Amino acid sequence: MITLQINGLEVAVEEGTTLLEAARFLGFPIPTLCHMDGLSPYGACRLCVVEIGEGPRAKLVSSCTYPAQDGLKVRTASSRVVRARKMVLELLLASCPQSKTIQDLASAHNVHRQRFRQEYEDCILCGLCVRMCEEQMMAKAIGFRGRGQTRSIGTPFDIKSEECRLCGGCMYVCPACQLRCTYTEPEKAVCGGCANVSPPCVEKEQFDDMMCYMTPCVACEIEK
Amino acid sequence: MLETRETHGPSSTETASRAAPYPATDATEQEPDDVARDKQLKRDEILGILSRHDGNRGGLISILDAIQAKHGYLSADALKVVADETGRSLTDIYGVATFYKSFSLKPRGKHLCSVCTGTACHVRGAPIIAQEFERQLGTSAGEMTADKEFTLETVNCLGACALGPIVVVDGHYFSNVDSARVKRVIKKTRAGLDKVEIKGDKRVFPITVSCSRCNHSLMEPGHLIDGAPSIRVTVSFEWKHGWLRLSSLYGSYTLESEYKIPVDTVLDFFCPHCHADLKGASDCPNCGAPMVSMIVQNGGIAQICSRRGCKGHMLDLDGGGF
Repeated sequence: MITLQINGLEVAVEEGTTLLEAARFLGFPIPTLCHMDGLSPYGACRLCVVEIGEGPRAKLVSSCTYPAQDGLKVRTASSRVVRARKMVLELLLASCPQSKTIQDLASAHNVHRQRFRQEYEDCILCGLCVRMCEEQMMAKAIGFRGRGQTRSIGTPFDIKSEECRLCGGCMYVCPACQLRCTYTEPEKAVCGGCANVSPPCVEKEQFDDMMCYMTPCVACEIEK
Repeated sequence: MLETRETHGPSSTETASRAAPYPATDATEQEPDDVARDKQLKRDEILGILSRHDGNRGGLISILDAIQAKHGYLSADALKVVADETGRSLTDIYGVATFYKSFSLKPRGKHLCSVCTGTACHVRGAPIIAQEFERQLGTSAGEMTADKEFTLETVNCLGACALGPIVVVDGHYFSNVDSARVKRVIKKTRAGLDKVEIKGDKRVFPITVSCSRCNHSLMEPGHLIDGAPSIRVTVSFEWKHGWLRLSSLYGSYTLESEYKIPVDTVLDFFCPHCHADLKGASDCPNCGAPMVSMIVQNGGIAQICSRRGCKGHMLDLDGGGF
């Protein structure tokens, strides 16, 4: 057993436990985006930062990847940690403002606006879908491609993968897109689902009473 | 490729039905038979490369590097073969192949022309040079010319900022390039960058060599190559045994041989007089093939790589060391 201090409370955890698990065991909330039980820790979103050490040697680490150490002093909500988390949320909002998960997290942390150039991405490269596909679905149909600015997630050569069983696990875990949809080129989509289901307002005469609930509406955007 | 297609007669329908599940490469225009044979040949080459990296899990980058050196680029089929044979997922391999800029998933031309557009080169007019290359070659950066001769690319820094603007063609550096020199660079590349100017190049000089065992001269004054007496040795490869005449000018790679020697063949060199194996103690620093050593008159040892096409050579005039 390893004894460490989280926010001043002594806790004994088994070896190999991460700081995130230890903190959650004690009931301290730490927000996460790229963490999911059953998938290997990845440390991509940086939302789970905590402060370890004391004085000038204190530093921020991602708690989901940091293993508990004997005598470690952890602070999960110091002013430095909260400031870092707010910055991360602002950056996430700057790239993926449409994500419900990110918006909820932002408002929970009192972040109401962001100061950066607004983009409308549909991926934060957290790698949840990649890990889901590999570790739980045993498929490895999707993965990271490219580097830097052009880094993206998808199948090799952007064509339907032979390994993909259309399980939908990647969409289920995704915090940024509710559906990883590439509607305009259905054959490139991982699921291919949108090739069969068209948005309701495309055929107006058939659904003319229907109220559109999609904001922004995919079909309307394409029509424009 | 075109000649074989003419003799068989093209049939586009058969080609289409054979289309691979992965994006078809340059092979689509060929006959199905040719495609299959070409595919099998490439597959065999890849298997050969893989067998050299057998059991080495971390060797993916070197495997891809070797395949690219052989084929010029990484085709979808090649990646598939690597995935099947190494047991790694295609996703992983595709991820590595797209991560590194030195790997190309598109066919590349015979010559790779990299124009540096790093900060130092940029302020000295690299964009204009890149534009000039695009205009002269009729292609855009990152693309291959229609005649499959050139691939033009822009790179971010070549680490020789003081010499900028820099253009590198097939490993040959052209420094302080301006748009007026672009045409000359292309012309020189088309003529062959490896061609050695024998006259006027002070780095090229004649040497006289003899066998390292019997000390019998290997020179053949009656047969001239590059205007100088040639060096005559006996070589063998693939059950073939014949003479090989090398230029005695150190720095020139001109040679004549009894049989046509395929590039990349590692030859066994023998003295034509005492039939001793001329293999030296060391390996080529460039490719790892054994070096062939000969004694230079007036003391010293000259070593050349035994692989056809490799330009590894060493000259040790003090005679010590080996």
